Amino acid sequence: MHESTLANGLTVLVQEVHTAPLASVWCWYKVGSRDEGPGVTGVSHWVEHMNFKGTRNIPRDQVKGIIEQYGGSWNGYTWIDQTTYLETATADALDRMLFIEAERMVSCLYEPADCESERTVIISELQGGDNDPEQRLDTEMTATAFKAHPYRHPTIGWIGDLKTMTRDDLFGHYQRYYVPNNATLVIVGDVSTDDVLARVEAAFGPIPPGTPARRTTTVEPVQEAERRVHLRKPGTTAYWRAAYHAPRFGDADFFPLLALDGIMSGAAGLNIWSGGSVPTPQRSARLYRALVNTGLASTVGGFLAPTAEPYLYALSATVADGQSIAAVERAVLGQIELAARAGVTAAELARVRAQLRARFVFDGGSVTDLAHQLGYFATIGRWQDWHEVGARLAAVTIDQVNAVAARYLTADNRTIGIFEPTVGSAGETR
Amino acid sequence: MALTVVRRVLPNGLTIIAARNRLIPAVSVAIGVNAGASADPEGAAGTAALMALVLDQGTAAYSADAIADQLDGRGASLSVGAGRQQIVVSATCLVDDLDAVLPVACDVTRNPVFPEAEVATRRGELLTAIREAADDPGSVAVDALNEALYPGGHPLGRPVRGTAADVSALTRASLESFHRRVFSPAATTVVAVGDLDANALVGAVAGRMADWAGTSAVATAPGLPPPVPGRRLIVRAMPGKSQADVAYGFVGLARSDPDYYPAVVMNNALGQYAIGGRLGDSIRERQGMAYYVFSSLDASVAAGPLMVRAGVAAENVQRTIESIDSELNAVLLHGFTVKEVDDTKRYLVGSLPRQLETNGGIAGFLLSAELFGLGMDHDVRLPAHIAAVTYDDVARVVRRLLDPSRAVMVVAGPWTGPAE
Repeated sequence: MHESTLANGLTVLVQEVHTAPLASVWCWYKVGSRDEGPGVTGVSHWVEHMNFKGTRNIPRDQVKGIIEQYGGSWNGYTWIDQTTYLETATADALDRMLFIEAERMVSCLYEPADCESERTVIISELQGGDNDPEQRLDTEMTATAFKAHPYRHPTIGWIGDLKTMTRDDLFGHYQRYYVPNNATLVIVGDVSTDDVLARVEAAFGPIPPGTPARRTTTVEPVQEAERRVHLRKPGTTAYWRAAYHAPRFGDADFFPLLALDGIMSGAAGLNIWSGGSVPTPQRSARLYRALVNTGLASTVGGFLAPTAEPYLYALSATVADGQSIAAVERAVLGQIELAARAGVTAAELARVRAQLRARFVFDGGSVTDLAHQLGYFATIGRWQDWHEVGARLAAVTIDQVNAVAARYLTADNRTIGIFEPTVGSAGETR
Repeated sequence: MALTVVRRVLPNGLTIIAARNRLIPAVSVAIGVNAGASADPEGAAGTAALMALVLDQGTAAYSADAIADQLDGRGASLSVGAGRQQIVVSATCLVDDLDAVLPVACDVTRNPVFPEAEVATRRGELLTAIREAADDPGSVAVDALNEALYPGGHPLGRPVRGTAADVSALTRASLESFHRRVFSPAATTVVAVGDLDANALVGAVAGRMADWAGTSAVATAPGLPPPVPGRRLIVRAMPGKSQADVAYGFVGLARSDPDYYPAVVMNNALGQYAIGGRLGDSIRERQGMAYYVFSSLDASVAAGPLMVRAGVAAENVQRTIESIDSELNAVLLHGFTVKEVDDTKRYLVGSLPRQLETNGGIAGFLLSAELFGLGMDHDVRLPAHIAAVTYDDVARVVRRLLDPSRAVMVVAGPWTGPAE
């Protein structure tokens, strides 16, 4: 692992991996939906879309194929803390990948017609998400769980803002946050470090530094009482979930809670991009045994993501055909209260440690995933965090797990969400 | 960089394939049995899907709890998936845990006991998934398109997950009989990829599978459906939804068809290259109507569908269908450009190293090479197959497969039909 910083403040991370003739380049920006205020929710994500639409040196009609010529793929995503872009291709495309990211940092065009055409693409993305009852429920619950912190609004934005935001809102946001001293460039693959650094200097060195906007520091007030969201919409299936305010990744409570999540719902690992591409081992998880094996729910899940500021720990269940929402709620809350009251066993902790150790290996199962993990942790904390996950996990004690169960899994700290289908939504044929 | 593959066929007919990959200290095992939902008995759609859910819930040697102890204590993952032509048992674990995980994966394939209680529980799970799909416009549209393209009880006309009516009636006996009928060593290929010597991997699998005896009916490929009589629009109104899913398609071709590689190039240029090929240029990039629009080609043992998909607002449904028609007519009339064909071919060849990077990617590639009899050097020969596709080949498959006057179109979502 090599880390360096260019004179303009760009952080560069390089890891050589020579098992395949590939390289993955990711460029991470410390800007996400938490950096958005009223009226411009969704601007970070929309900016991400605009940053695929041509630059001063990549004409609009040459975007298509720019990395595909090398057999490569590209993508990007925006979430609450971050915006990121990637290319993975054969290593001979390294210069091309660096050129694309350097262009993206300072030279995007924001043609007014492209901004308008992308407005409706993003509204279509939002509406496609709304077709999924679980996503609707998540959006409502997150907005209910947070009163003050900007984590409350969805990354895609509220529909009203998507309809009214202007090209200048987008371009201003881009200019504020897309500066080298607010970015981390990660290169992993079949490359040599010195060579990469020279190429990075050539591509990014001339970009002047900027003054990244100060990030908001709102502290969410302590939740004083249980909150509930009950959606009643057309559908075929009921969903139940609970979201608890959770510690940020840097907090000493994070790994004990990650272990607790593994015991409750199976260890999912720490790669929110690909999930390690391996299904979560759930057979021994408490909620799986209490709900899926008994036929109350068809699926259960847990979600605890590493975040820069305190976010949410969510537990979810799909109510099985013929079962009641109330029975599912009783069963999940029963398990949660049992964990909070009586704690977990040493055998459970040992099992989840083994699961997470394996997950951390699967989480880095490709050069793309390795580069993702380094850049992700560099953006919400330090890249070294990714190398320290094993040690932090090993240090977790049963007392710490029991303490976080009692501290976080309380009624006052949670928002319960229910999606209750009204009439079935499938219609007749014509 | 060619894969170094070891392949051995055991006396009982079972095929073992292994390759070493050093990226991470883990192993992926894929056990493919050549019988999927296409082998579901008449009136019992969902048999393969339910069997996949119950297969790993108890064997002669391991109870469900023993499987959980054996796997979960090691962070190993074991899952079973049913496709149209194959049921695949997939296991992923750290190299050090393979000795504990491989016996479970093999026993699950050979000796499932289908405990009565598990059948009831997993049937409930599958019925819930069937209900969820009935609320998802994308699934509703695809199911209806398949049903229209493959009518009259054709195996490709029914969803892999089955139907609520059929699944409700499935019993332990249905699963046992399905397993007895279609699972056998000769129908099975075990692929293992990871940071272990390939010969050692083959030996480890052989140690677990060599004494498996038995035969099964040879799976026959489903035949071609009757030709679609003419252009047809099917509407599945789902008034509570936010946008509509459009599925627009044709019967495609089989993997063994001489036009397979030209069809792959055509499909990529039409609806995949960069953001959705030509269709993406029009419907997403120029008209801003859809977040996703793409085409897909399901060329397998049988001629699966060639499908165009898009998610759009109700007020844009008609314009979307017109745009798909217009793009298809344009390639029928004028063909793709030489640059489009060349770019797509270069991409398909160039993307191979990415496909063959991970344990799971390599295992999937080799399992499919075995299923279609492509040889263990398929990764080396594939570039030449793509390179050999000519502009005229592509023009020929365009004429053969794309015909708007015989398209079946399904719209599922908050749209009730064309304006008068």
